[in-house]
Amino acid sequence: MQAPPGPGYGLHGQDYAAPSGPYSPGPGKAGPEGQGRCGGYYSGPRPGPAGLGLAGVQRGYVGGIAAFGNYHGSPAAAPQGFPATCSPQLAPTSCRSSLPAGSPHASVLAAATGWSAPLTPVPLPPPPGYSASPWSVQAPDRLLRNHAGPSASAGSSPANPVADSLAYPGRQNAPPPRSSPVMSTVLPGAPSPRAPPAGKHPREPVALGVPLPGLPPQKGMQYGDCVNNQASSAPTPLSSASDDEEEEEDEEAGVDSSSTTSSASPVPNSYDALEGGGYPDVHSSSASSPAPDHAPEPDPAPAAPLSAKVMAKPFGHGYPTLQPGYQTTAAPPSAGTFAQYPQHPGVNQLSSALGGLSLQSSPQPESLRPINLTQERDVLPATPVWAPVPNLNLDLRKLNCSPDSFRCTLTSIPQTQALLNKAKLPLGLLLHPFRDLTQLPVITSNTIVRCRSCRTYINPFVSFIDQRRWKCNLCYRVNDVPEEFMYNPLTRSYGEPHKRPEVQNSTVEFIASSDYMLRPPQPAVYLFVLDVSHNAMEAGYLAVLCQSLLENLDKLPGDSRTRIGFMTFDSTIHFYNLQEGFSQPQMLIVSDIDDVFLPTPDGLLVNLYESRELIKVLLNALPNMFTSTRETHSALGPALQAAFKLMSPTGGRVSVFQTQLPSLGAGLLQSREDPNQRSSTKVVQHLGPATDFYKKLALDCSGQQTAVDLFLLSSQYSDLSSLACMSRYSAGCIYYYPSFHCTHNPSQMEKLQKDLKRYLTRKIGFEAVMRIRCTKGLSMHTFHGNFFVRSTDLLSLANINPDAGFAVQLSIEESLTDTSLVCFQTALLYTSSKGERRIRVHTLCLPVVSSLAEVHAGADVQAAICLLANMAVDRSISSSLSDARDALVNAVVDSLSAYGSTVSNLRHSGLMAPASLKLFPLYVLALLKQKAFRTGTSTRLDDRVYAMCQIKSQPLVHLMRMIHPNLHRIDRLTDEGAIHVNDRVVPQPPLQKLSAEKLTREGAFLMDCGSVFYIWIGKDCDSNFIEDVLGFPNFASIPQKMTHLPELDTLASERTRSFLTWLQDSRPLSPVLHVVKDESPAKMEFFQHLVEDRTEAAFSYYEFLLHVQQQISK
Amino acid sequence: MAFTFAAFCYMLALVLCAALIFFAIWHIIAFDELRTDFKNPIDQCNPVHALVLPEYSIHSLFCVMFLCAQEWLTLGLNVPLLFYHFWRYFHCPADGPELAYDPLVVMNADTLSYCQKEAWCKLAFYLLSFFYYLYCMISALVSS
Repeated sequence: MQAPPGPGYGLHGQDYAAPSGPYSPGPGKAGPEGQGRCGGYYSGPRPGPAGLGLAGVQRGYVGGIAAFGNYHGSPAAAPQGFPATCSPQLAPTSCRSSLPAGSPHASVLAAATGWSAPLTPVPLPPPPGYSASPWSVQAPDRLLRNHAGPSASAGSSPANPVADSLAYPGRQNAPPPRSSPVMSTVLPGAPSPRAPPAGKHPREPVALGVPLPGLPPQKGMQYGDCVNNQASSAPTPLSSASDDEEEEEDEEAGVDSSSTTSSASPVPNSYDALEGGGYPDVHSSSASSPAPDHAPEPDPAPAAPLSAKVMAKPFGHGYPTLQPGYQTTAAPPSAGTFAQYPQHPGVNQLSSALGGLSLQSSPQPESLRPINLTQERDVLPATPVWAPVPNLNLDLRKLNCSPDSFRCTLTSIPQTQALLNKAKLPLGLLLHPFRDLTQLPVITSNTIVRCRSCRTYINPFVSFIDQRRWKCNLCYRVNDVPEEFMYNPLTRSYGEPHKRPEVQNSTVEFIASSDYMLRPPQPAVYLFVLDVSHNAMEAGYLAVLCQSLLENLDKLPGDSRTRIGFMTFDSTIHFYNLQEGFSQPQMLIVSDIDDVFLPTPDGLLVNLYESRELIKVLLNALPNMFTSTRETHSALGPALQAAFKLMSPTGGRVSVFQTQLPSLGAGLLQSREDPNQRSSTKVVQHLGPATDFYKKLALDCSGQQTAVDLFLLSSQYSDLSSLACMSRYSAGCIYYYPSFHCTHNPSQMEKLQKDLKRYLTRKIGFEAVMRIRCTKGLSMHTFHGNFFVRSTDLLSLANINPDAGFAVQLSIEESLTDTSLVCFQTALLYTSSKGERRIRVHTLCLPVVSSLAEVHAGADVQAAICLLANMAVDRSISSSLSDARDALVNAVVDSLSAYGSTVSNLRHSGLMAPASLKLFPLYVLALLKQKAFRTGTSTRLDDRVYAMCQIKSQPLVHLMRMIHPNLHRIDRLTDEGAIHVNDRVVPQPPLQKLSAEKLTREGAFLMDCGSVFYIWIGKDCDSNFIEDVLGFPNFASIPQKMTHLPELDTLASERTRSFLTWLQDSRPLSPVLHVVKDESPAKMEFFQHLVEDRTEAAFSYYEFLLHVQQQISK
Repeated sequence: MAFTFAAFCYMLALVLCAALIFFAIWHIIAFDELRTDFKNPIDQCNPVHALVLPEYSIHSLFCVMFLCAQEWLTLGLNVPLLFYHFWRYFHCPADGPELAYDPLVVMNADTLSYCQKEAWCKLAFYLLSFFYYLYCMISALVSS
């Protein structure tokens, strides 16, 4: 069916703006009237339920929030029955007038009544907070700079650290932009300055009668589909897309007409009008929303091999907006990087691609150079280690997926399992699918072109047999090219399917149609479950959280439907009714923790915009409400059950803050840690969960599209291994702050603040599924990360966040001899916070090789280490820690001995390794000394388990820094080799190896451990440095605890700070800085990261090499 | 020709063995459905769990009966499986047999293939023992 033009979108918007169907607040919307009734009941204690009701009254801390006793005299009454029977059963204590003296609440509340703007169906403008998120601070600068790039000479752009530009080098030469009715591309960055603002061309294309791109079908159909599919309990949207040929014929007619009619108008204008002005606001706002989120991620790895041309790429652009020069050329630029895609689509691209594969010309690639590790003193290069580039021809290489999103441990896939076994290297993928991207082509199209048999999305590595057919690169089935796909919206030409953006980019995002929905896209729903026991009040996290929430309330990702709720718990569970129209939040206490129920059917999860004032009042009041509590118990399990009940109709995100062992109700835990065993070298017990309660709960949550994020702020053992299950299987994330205290431990508090800021404002995707497909012959073996595996290749992710990484182990089931390329495709289907269903597709292409040497040459040591770490975590939980450690050592021994056998002619006395694997032993040693796997050093069980959780869920970049920190000497920073970022000079001090021998007393060193920075100051450190950078006259006067560098107006200070800022900007969580003096007790923290040194319980690097060598020769 | 207790045991075992064969087939189908992505592991594992305990108890019942009937050879043939069942039952994640087939790990390629192999082996064992019981029953009836 033909999607309606213009107005359809409007409808769509309204649809989403107004909470529909299952999300409506329900019939029993308690208005002021209901509240009044409730208030009336308070005066007289009710005979039946009041016994419980008293519990609420007796608590001293009612404060400004009305206490609301347990209304539930008869547990038989189902909570659903409430709307009708609410008033007689309630025994509420609504004390609107009981505000504490001096509290400003009353006046604030009065203002709240005017809060009605967001009720209109027009969606709110994108929350202003996006632009202020820490990620986007640099955006304008960078964009400007990059805009300047192309217009100036190509070489004028200095080396910049944007690895992304390497990934999309071809974009610059993309064909000229044309308007398209069937496809639209959203610029995730700011619009090009050349492109006229959207508003200036209102609805121009509509007047032309062009059907708008990618309209979701009308409301009716969408919901019909939803209803039809609701029978099956779990969503399987990926397999439900249906092609409709007739539809495409109609679409094609529209295409032709538009391309002829609008040819007279200047191309960029009409495109822009179509993209921006032609849409109702709802779309343009949501479509451009990724911009701030995708704000720059300056990869710390400077893109060294970038050619000048690549550097000049305007990376704020999507491809449609190009330099004017291109727009005037009628023909697609045949020169440049896209030459490999022949003008005549009849040419088989695969064969052309294969032509470049035979890169055997060089006798021996650098990555194969044998290195004698025992002789090589400095294995660690001075610059950060890059991902190896697959040995593909140049054209495919340019199209390939960025290694930041998608990496394989072997960039050359062995042909057979036998060959893989011979190489003794792990084969697997490391994924960072939802990474913040600076540039992402977004495609709106009526039909998303996919293979008919394996459902692979069309990608740059398919081959076009002729103009009408393409051959799937995963299952080799020949498919028809749909009529719609024949038209290329960028060149506005017909019959060039290989020029479509889907075929030109290995990372694309599709706006999915209703075929990909089982229900209407859910709104963003956030629930906070907070521990308010005595212990929690002691730690004082609540004030930090409430403050952070207040600051970021507007920046929470979402649209006008966003809902939010709060629950607190100690030995009872407290709900907060924030229904709009109440003058103040109402507290409802449920003390029946054995049979948890929701005290009211609605009002607990409220619209963020409608109840904003109430929420603010609550957040201001919360930190002080429980200050005098004496309740030490924690009923976490029942609180989670209640949270699940609350969330299950919609799904969303539950953030749990816990400060101690759960001690009441379901899911209670006992302390299992024996402190005497902390430094045991033999057995580490209790790495697995003590109970299945949290696991089952996570499964239930996952089924209802709810993710549970755990913030554990605990000073004692809290059995993280059990608690972590609730996040692990519901695709949540875990944060752990050992010995958190708001005053005694300021660095932890700072870390919490920073983490919360990122956590609350980062992008989020709901009700997501991720499917990983690979070329026939390969199969997925094991998955690592936080998710629930729904099928052999399908991961169910209730939420997806940009900081989540995944790993997959692969095995080769059938020989790959008849193919020279293998491809992997990850498709992540999710609901954006704006209520759009989107599919993000990454495709990676790798060559197949037949010789062991080539396999070794293509090994990616960092990816291999991360995969090994994941496997070792699994092993230590299922078997034992010592098994896992042995397996890690064996991984080195086996792979190096396998290499040694191939170069037997070079047999030296030393330990030989190919250059590609020269860091392998070092990284494995680092892993063995990591908190997760170390033995012999005192390690708290929770710390160990948390390190394991991080290994499982962190993306590769972060994990590598955690395993092997970067050490730089910073007391003598020079501008030599410095790079320029945003007009700032960032010095690039060389990497030092992690050994105390590099730490001279005269120096100052920065260690970058990913989530924490240490600056170590030597005893005889140059006093100029101490004075210029730290702002103290001499070494003795530096305080023991210092977490910030002062802003001094000296060159050294500027350089140091610019380097630090540059490092910090490259990661989502801004790390906490510790200045460590040589004498301070905190230096142990620093020294434990020096992995090349010997400790009482572990080898030094050289000893480890000897050990490996011994094992090999055995 | 006498209707001994042993003969009765074998008759009962014959009937119950047929049930076990059905269980095994059911398991095979269930895991195959998982592998081919027809079903959600949570939906699939719950009914599988429901069958685990009956299967184990039926098999233990055999063993007890054969012990009483002093059919040592038959008992000897069944004891390995009995021990395996005990091991499987008590060697489960935290909360016991309920999660013998844990939906969280069952999709792991290793676990899935292990479960499938287990089901096939059991099917073979039950089929063989079915005919063995048939033979033993007849011989017990005829012998005396």
